[in-house]
Formats: sequence, C-alpha cells, structure tokens
Amino acid sequence: MSKTILTVDDSRTMRDMLKLALTSAGYSVLQAEDGVHGLEVLQGSDPDVIITDINMPRMDGFGFIAGVREAGRHRAVPILVLTTESDMEKKARARSAGATGWIVKPFDPVKLVDAVRRVAA
Amino acid sequence: MDTMAAIKQTFFQECEEQLSELETGLLSIEDGDHDGETINAVFRAVHSIKGGAGAFNLGALVKFAHVFESAMDLVRTGRMSPGPDVLKVMLRAADVLADLVRAARADETLDPSRTDPIIEELKALTVAGSPPEPEEAATPFEFVPVMVDLGDFDDLGGFGDLGGPGELGAAGDLGGVGEPGDLGGSDAPAGLPSFRIRFKPRAELYAKGNETTILLRELDRLGTMTVACDTGEVPRLGEIDPEGAYLAWTIDLQTTQGEAAIREIFDFVEWDSTLAIEPFGTFDAVEPDADFSADNDPFQALAPSPVVFAKPETVVAPVPAVDIKAPDVSAALPGAPDEAAVERKATVATAQPTIRVDLDRVDRLIDLVGELVINQAMLAERVTEAGLARVSAVAIGLDELEQLTREIQDSVMAIRAQPVKSVFQRMPRLVREVAAQTGKNVRLVTEGEATEVDKTVIERLSDPLTHMIRNAIDHGLESPETRRQSGKPAEGLVRLSALHRSGRIVIEVADDGAGINRPRVKSIAVDKGLIAPDAKLTDDEIDNLIFLPGFSTAAVVSDISGRGVGMDVVKRSIQALGGRISISSKPGLGSTFTLSLPLTLAVLDGMVVTVAGQTLVIPLTAIVETLLPKATTVHGFGEGSRVIGVRNGFIPLIDVGQVLQYRADATDPKNGIALLVETEGGTRSALLVDAIQGQRQVVIKSLEANYGHVEGIAAATILGDGRVALILDVDAVVVSSRLENFDTSLALAG
Repeated sequence: MSKTILTVDDSRTMRDMLKLALTSAGYSVLQAEDGVHGLEVLQGSDPDVIITDINMPRMDGFGFIAGVREAGRHRAVPILVLTTESDMEKKARARSAGATGWIVKPFDPVKLVDAVRRVAA
Repeated sequence: MDTMAAIKQTFFQECEEQLSELETGLLSIEDGDHDGETINAVFRAVHSIKGGAGAFNLGALVKFAHVFESAMDLVRTGRMSPGPDVLKVMLRAADVLADLVRAARADETLDPSRTDPIIEELKALTVAGSPPEPEEAATPFEFVPVMVDLGDFDDLGGFGDLGGPGELGAAGDLGGVGEPGDLGGSDAPAGLPSFRIRFKPRAELYAKGNETTILLRELDRLGTMTVACDTGEVPRLGEIDPEGAYLAWTIDLQTTQGEAAIREIFDFVEWDSTLAIEPFGTFDAVEPDADFSADNDPFQALAPSPVVFAKPETVVAPVPAVDIKAPDVSAALPGAPDEAAVERKATVATAQPTIRVDLDRVDRLIDLVGELVINQAMLAERVTEAGLARVSAVAIGLDELEQLTREIQDSVMAIRAQPVKSVFQRMPRLVREVAAQTGKNVRLVTEGEATEVDKTVIERLSDPLTHMIRNAIDHGLESPETRRQSGKPAEGLVRLSALHRSGRIVIEVADDGAGINRPRVKSIAVDKGLIAPDAKLTDDEIDNLIFLPGFSTAAVVSDISGRGVGMDVVKRSIQALGGRISISSKPGLGSTFTLSLPLTLAVLDGMVVTVAGQTLVIPLTAIVETLLPKATTVHGFGEGSRVIGVRNGFIPLIDVGQVLQYRADATDPKNGIALLVETEGGTRSALLVDAIQGQRQVVIKSLEANYGHVEGIAAATILGDGRVALILDVDAVVVSSRLENFDTSLALAG
C-alpha cells in the first residue's frame, strides 16, 4: 500500500508542486491549507508523513507541529518542515516544536522524496 | 512537462491573489490598521511570491521579492514602524512587484530602471531599520535547487562514485593503510573506505518522530554494514519508561559515498543524539571479539555485531523501549485537556471550504441549464396545447419542475457570481499613478466590494471603470491650490461604490471636484458640430453631451484620460454589457457617474411582445409600466414623431415596428400597447408594440457570435415553441428614433 503524505501549505503553487513530486514518487497525498485545516484533516486520516510550511494564516507551522505532537494518535508521525535555507532560526524553532526534519525551499523533487523516505517508516 | 506548466499557471494566478492581498493589506495598514495578522498577511504574500518564483527560477522576481520581504520583515518584527513614508515605498514596491509578476508571466524582463530605484529605497529602509541582512541571501544563488546525487546504490564495486574530493583523499589513505589480506571471510571488495558510526539516540529523537530503524535502513543504502545494538542500558521491565531511549548502536559501514552522505542521513537527528562517525580502515565484516559493553574502550569494545544484515528491516528488533507509536500509551496520557485543545482549534476553523473549478465546466453547466429552461418552457407549452387542465397532475408537476429549474438556474448563476472586489482592488494603484501624474492629492474610498455580479460582467468592468476613475481625477478633481482657494480640503475624494438594486448592480464613481463645466461643455459641443449653436439644452442634457462620440473636454489631450478614448467608448462598453450609464453633476460639488448593470449575461426576464407579426423580447428591467394608448392621449409632434400624454407630461412614442423597419408606416396607437421604458439617464419613452404575449425568463443567445451586430437588437433567444425571438436593445431603439427626430429638427432649424 502506498504511503500517504499530508502536505500543509497555504500556497496553492507549493501544494501543487508537492503533490506532483510526491505522487510521481508513488505516494498518496492529502492537502491542507493551514495549520487549523491540517489538524482538521488529521482527525479523519492517518498520514505516514506530514510536510508543513511555517508561515501560514490562522495557525502557523509551529503551532501546527505543537498541535500534532500534543494530541493523541498522530504524535509520532514524522513531520517535515518546509523552510528556506537562510532560516536557521526557523529550523531551530521547528526542531524545538517537534519537527522531525526539514526540506529546503525551493525543493528539488528528488531531494523532497529523499527526505520523505528518510523519515517514513 | 504539462503538469509543471499547469502549476506555473497556478503560481501566477496565486500571485495575482497575493498581490491583491498585499495591496489591500498595505492600504489598511496605511489607514492605521497595525494589527499583527494584517502585517503578517502582507509579509506572507511577498514571501509566497518569492517562494514560488524560486521554484520556477524567476531570478528577477526572487531578487526583488527578497528585498521587499526583508523590509517587510522589519515591520513584522516591530523593528520598523509602518509610517507614511515607509508605506509609500512599500505600496510602490507592491506595484513594481505586480509588474515583475506580469513580466514573468509573459516571459519578458522588466527594465531594471523600473525595479532598481525601489530596490534601493527598500534597502535604505532596511538599513535604517536594522543591522544589515546577510547580503548573500539576496543573491539568486540561494534558490538554485541543490541536486543530491545519491549515486547508484548497487554499484558498490566502482570507485568512480566516491563522494567528495575530501573523501577521495581519505579513501586513498585508507586503502594504503588497510591490508587486503586481512579481509578474511568477507565478500566485500577490498579497500573500500569504512566508517564506524556510534549512535545513541535521546528520547527527544523519538518524540519528534524520528526512528533509528529508518536511519539504519538509510545507512544500508549507502553500502554494506554490520550493526551492533548495545542493550546494556535497558532497565528491568518494570522500570522501562515506554518513551525513554535506552539503546545505543554501533554501525560499521563500508561505502563509496563518503562521510558527507552519512552525515546527511543523521542530519535530522544529530541534535537529539550522540553521534560519532569515524573512518575505520578497511572493512572487516566478521570480528570475533565482539563485546557489547559500553564501559570498555569504545573502539575495541563496541565492535560490530557478527551478523551482517542484508536488509536492515530485519534489525527492527521488537525492543519496546524505543517505540512510541503505541497509540494506547499516548492516548492514555493527558487525555481530556488535549482533546479540549483540539476541539478549540476545530471551532476556530469555521472558514468555508472551497473548490476550484474550471470556468469551462461552469459555462457548460450554465449552457445546459439554459437548454433545460428552454426545454421546460417547451414542455409547458405542449401541455397547454394538449388541453390539460391547470390542476391536472401533469400541470402541477410541471409547475414544480419550473420552480426547480429556476432554482437550479439561480444556483448555477451564483457559482459564476464574484464580488466586484477583484476589479475594485486594481483601482488604488491607478489612483496613485494618476494622482502622481497630475500632481493632485487623491483619496480613494471604496464601498460595497463584496457585491457580487457575474464573472463576465466583472471582467468587462475593468476598462470602463479605469477610464472613469482616470476621468474623475484628471477632469473632475481640481488642483490642490484651486481646492484650497475654494475652501475645500486639498485632498480630493473619489468614491467607488457598488450595490445591488432591483436585480441589477449599480456602481457609482463619484468625485468631490468642480463638477461639469457646463458652459464649456456646451461650447465644445457647438464647436464640434455636435449640437446646433442655438440649441436649448437642460443641464442634464448638457452633462450627457460628454457621452457623444468624438467629444473630449480636455483642452490638451493628456496621456491620462486621453488615449483617444472618450466617455462614448465607456458608454458603449457598458451598453454592450446590457448596462446603462448616467451622470449627475453639481457645480462646485462634484460629479457622480452611475453604472447600472445586469447581474448576469446569461438570462433575462423579458416581456414577449408581437410587433408586425414578429415576436420580440423586451428586457423587463427597462419597462416601467404598460399603457393602453387612447386616441386622445397621442399627439403628433413635428414630422413623423408622436408623443403620448402620461399623467401630467408628454413623452415620445416610438413605433418599434417602424424603427426596426418591419413596416414603413406608423401604426395606429389605438391598436397597440405602449410600454413605458426608462433608458439610461432616466429619460422615458414609450415603445409602441402590437400586443403583449406574456412575461418570461429567456436564455440569452448571442447574435453577434454567429450573425453580426444588428442595430436595435441586443441578442436572441429560443422560445418555448422552439422559435427564435430577438431581444430588443431598448436604449439603441430609443436613441435611433431620437436621432431621426434630431435630424429632422436640425433640418428644420437649418
């Protein structure tokens, strides 16, 4: 069975690109538009990996990661954060919020799939 | 690659949305809204554009967005306050960003003279606001995706795949040191560089969703390895913390990939573990003196396990200590408060979910519903023909069908409806530009942005509105000095508003300028031969002269309102949308242009009438009332024209059959019915038709697409009986009849 990835990003472009890269690699993709939406989607699904943006309306990536980690059944799901290379500070914050790893934007599809594989059980 | 092209399209669409959000946000900050979320949204808009642009290698866009973002970040983090000067720069930067996006979309490059000054100004803000940002971040270099060559995992024998130059050196050294003869029993090729990796995860590693087994699996991809697990720290069962970390691992890995590749695998976890990676000479898979005690000398003691795992999945020894994926354990933890938190979050999320649908599909649906309406009407007619009683089950069912059809139609139309915001949003930039060009101070106030109207109408509103706003600033508003002299605030006001009124959308463009200079308008009209020098015109009539083709009040054609486009073009484009435009003006107080447009271009409520044996449809919105003309109320008025007395006044009576040239001679009003219609500008006329058949909703079918434009006819429709009926263009009919009369009166005057 193919693995399911939940992508959380407010940018449709990013969501589309993630979806394209992930589905071509054989993953199923769920999408959410921000942290709040992401937590909602999680209530009805069990993704194997979550990929989230940081800067989003309503609830940002930090809040979303904290939300996933604090709540019951998804708290061990690997979470990859989309970040720009210059954002060392954000990377550190994401890590302390409970992110499993990160993907540097703009991402290369190969690198993305690689990062997903590196955290997917 | 089609999908990428499609995503790029999405990106540009999204850019447009971000740009409008950016502008709206900046404007509301300018109005004193310093709310964190507003500022964040503005930042996010620029950030998203930058991100996407990076993905598509749009260097110029990335560069500009980055500088913009840096400046925005200062505001966001409170290091720079969004004062008027800052916002002025940012609003202009938003304009340039929009231009850059459009240039990128069209595959063009923007002249650096357009972007560079703003970049400098933004940088000046940034420098003034904070210690400078690391410059390299601004270079496009950062955004070149990094390709990681994972090599060919199977090709372990080849030395050509060796990782980096650094590792090459190391490999050489190791190869020299190692003695191939010692590799007893191992089937691994001699001389491959090996690494000993000692790895001890902390509990945090697992809490963040990382997993040692996965790391081992990844390591295995790099080469051949042996794994030893040190279980020395595992406490007794009763003392095990299910979320604790007790295991340590020693991995001997023989790989061509180099240390960097190994480090990359541990990239996510090195903060949450103790990790040592050391070159380990050449590979010796079977080391008999295996000892798992951590207390001994690490290099000797933590020797690899004698088992070579071909597939590390088999290493997934069921050690309970490291697996936190037991849902029961976690669920049993703080339970109630967590759920409450989730619920709280869920209630915050009340935004309505949306989907994006291809416009073609919606249009197809609208077409189909149109067919359904026609079909339903036909069916109704057949039922009537069949002589079935109104109370028969069939007729009642048909009534219900009609109601449903109408509801479906309304719902489908609602899909196409969009708030006028998308057009209104473009206006602030226009106002800024025109204000700068004319040296006037202008404030734009918009109202009713949420008012919805059909997408087609919205798309075609942009040009007329642009022109009207240009006009309002260029011709309507006075210069700041003039305004001050006449006791007005130096800043002129342009108000753009939209509202729904009786099934139409009404859009107003109002300015508080000098109003229409009537003597001048009149003299220009006379000069241009548009009216007779001695024509007596009411104020309203003079105001309406500006809609005449070829009229332009600007003494010098400025490049703002000029461009050879006059209000007549605006009027024509509004009329093409089935709309009306009118003007009211008060000297010294300003002018108001009012557009009234149908909410949809797909259907209209019409009155079906008969004229000279032809069936015509007259838009119901135009009809004020119907009258039965009597011989005593109709009077001849000059050559060939007649008026009808309605209450206390007389209005022109227009014989539709004559105007459309269905017949040459005027018909006897007593045999017909007069429809009192109101045209744009509020003037009333009466249309004389032979009979009224009824009132019906009709689906508009364009005549121009398949036939051509016919003066006096707006479009066509298909009636219930399957016949085609023409939809009357009331305004055009009234105007053409008036022109005939006008010609006559000019001829009489001359």
